[in-house]
Amino acid sequence: MASADSETRPGETEAIPQAVKIIIAGGFGAGKTTMVASVSEITPLSTEEVMTEASYGIDDLGGVEDKTTTTVALDFGRITVNPDVVLYLFGTPGQDRFWFMWDELAEGALGAVILADTRRLETCFHAVDFFERRGVPFAVAVNRFEGAEDYDTEEVRRALDVDAAVPIVLADARDRASCRDVLVALVTHVIRGRSPALSG
Amino acid sequence: MTAQEERRGRASRRAVVPWYPGRGHPTSEGPAAGLSPGGTSEGALVRPYTLTRGRVRPSAAGPRLDLITIVVAARDRRERPLEPECRAILELCRRPISVAEVSARLDIPLTVVRVLLGDLLADGDIRTRAATPVSRLPEKKVLQAVLDGIRRL
Ligand SMILES: Nc1nc2c(ncn2[C@@H]2O[C@H](COP(=O)(O)OP(=O)(O)O)[C@@H](O)[C@H]2O)c(=O)[nH]1
Ligand SMILES: [Mg+2]
Repeated sequence: MASADSETRPGETEAIPQAVKIIIAGGFGAGKTTMVASVSEITPLSTEEVMTEASYGIDDLGGVEDKTTTTVALDFGRITVNPDVVLYLFGTPGQDRFWFMWDELAEGALGAVILADTRRLETCFHAVDFFERRGVPFAVAVNRFEGAEDYDTEEVRRALDVDAAVPIVLADARDRASCRDVLVALVTHVIRGRSPALSG
Repeated sequence: MTAQEERRGRASRRAVVPWYPGRGHPTSEGPAAGLSPGGTSEGALVRPYTLTRGRVRPSAAGPRLDLITIVVAARDRRERPLEPECRAILELCRRPISVAEVSARLDIPLTVVRVLLGDLLADGDIRTRAATPVSRLPEKKVLQAVLDGIRRL
C-alpha cells in the first residue's frame, strides 16, 4: 500500500534513513571516480566546496569578491543498503593542495579504500599516513593498470608498511564485482576491529 | 634507473617527509588562491553568497549539517514566499536526501547549501535525523547492514 502519506507522517523521525560513508582515496588517475561509478546506484554526482579565508575562522563573506577562494569538487555515489541505511562513497579530491577537505571527509567515516596504482605506488603514501593518523580503518585495493609491473599483495604491504591486519586486495576499479570484494574486505575489517577498539 | 631500481629506491613510505601537527598534510600548500578576483567563477560565487547574506556557516543553534546529513521537507510547513533556491531545495527534500546530494543536484556550493538548509531547519520547513555526534562511529548493526548490502552488489 503505497499511500502518498506514508513517508510524511508527522513525528515519524525514524523514517529518515541513517547515512554512513566510505572514502575512496588514492593518487590522481588511480581509479577513484571509476570505482565510485562501478558500485553507485546513481550516476555519480559532484558537489563543490568553495574554500575561502573564511574556512579559517572568518564568519562573514560579505565582500567575497575581495577574498581568495578556491573550489574543490567531490565525486560521490550512493548505495541504498536497506530502507534505514544509505551508504555514500566519496572520492577524495586529487590534488595535494586539497588536503584540507580530507578532514571533513574523514569525520565519522566508516572506513576508507586506498587505491594503489602500481605504476606510481608512492602516490598513495600520503593517504596511508593520513588514515593511520586519523584512526580511520582502511583497505588497500591494488589497481593493476596495463603496463604496470606486477606486484603481489605482500610486496605492496611491505612497500606501504601497513599492519598485517589491513586487507590488501587486487582489484579492477572498472569491475563491479571486484569493487564489491574490496568493500566487503574493508567492512569486514572494520567490524572485526570494532570491538577491541571500543575499550581502548 | 630501471623500474625495478626505482621501486626499490622509492617505494618505501617511511622515507617520505614525516607528519607534523596541524591541519592538512606536510606537503599541502593549503587552500591555495584559486579563483582570482575577476576570474571566471566570480559571478557564480557572488549570487550564492548574496543568498546567504554573506554567511558561510549555518546558525550555531541548529544541528550540524554534515555532507551526509539526511534532510527531509516537513509536511506541516507554513506556506510563505521563499527564494527560488530554497523552493528548489524543498522540492528535492520531499524525499529524504543528503546535504551533499542537494548541493550536487542544484549545483549550489556546499557551504551555501548548508546555510540555506540551516535557515529552513530553523523555520521548521525541513527536519533532519536526530543529530548524532560527528565523531561517533556507526553502530555494529549498521555496519552489518552495510556489509549485507554490499554483498548483494
Ligand atoms: N586498467 C585499468 N584502468 C582503470 C582502472 N580504473 C580506472 N581505470 C582508468 O584509469 C583512468 C583514470 O581513472 P579515474 O577513475 O578517473 O581516476 P581518479 O583520478 O582516481 O578518479 C580512466 O581512464 C579509467 O578508465 C583499473 O582498475 N584498471
Ligand atoms: Mg576522479
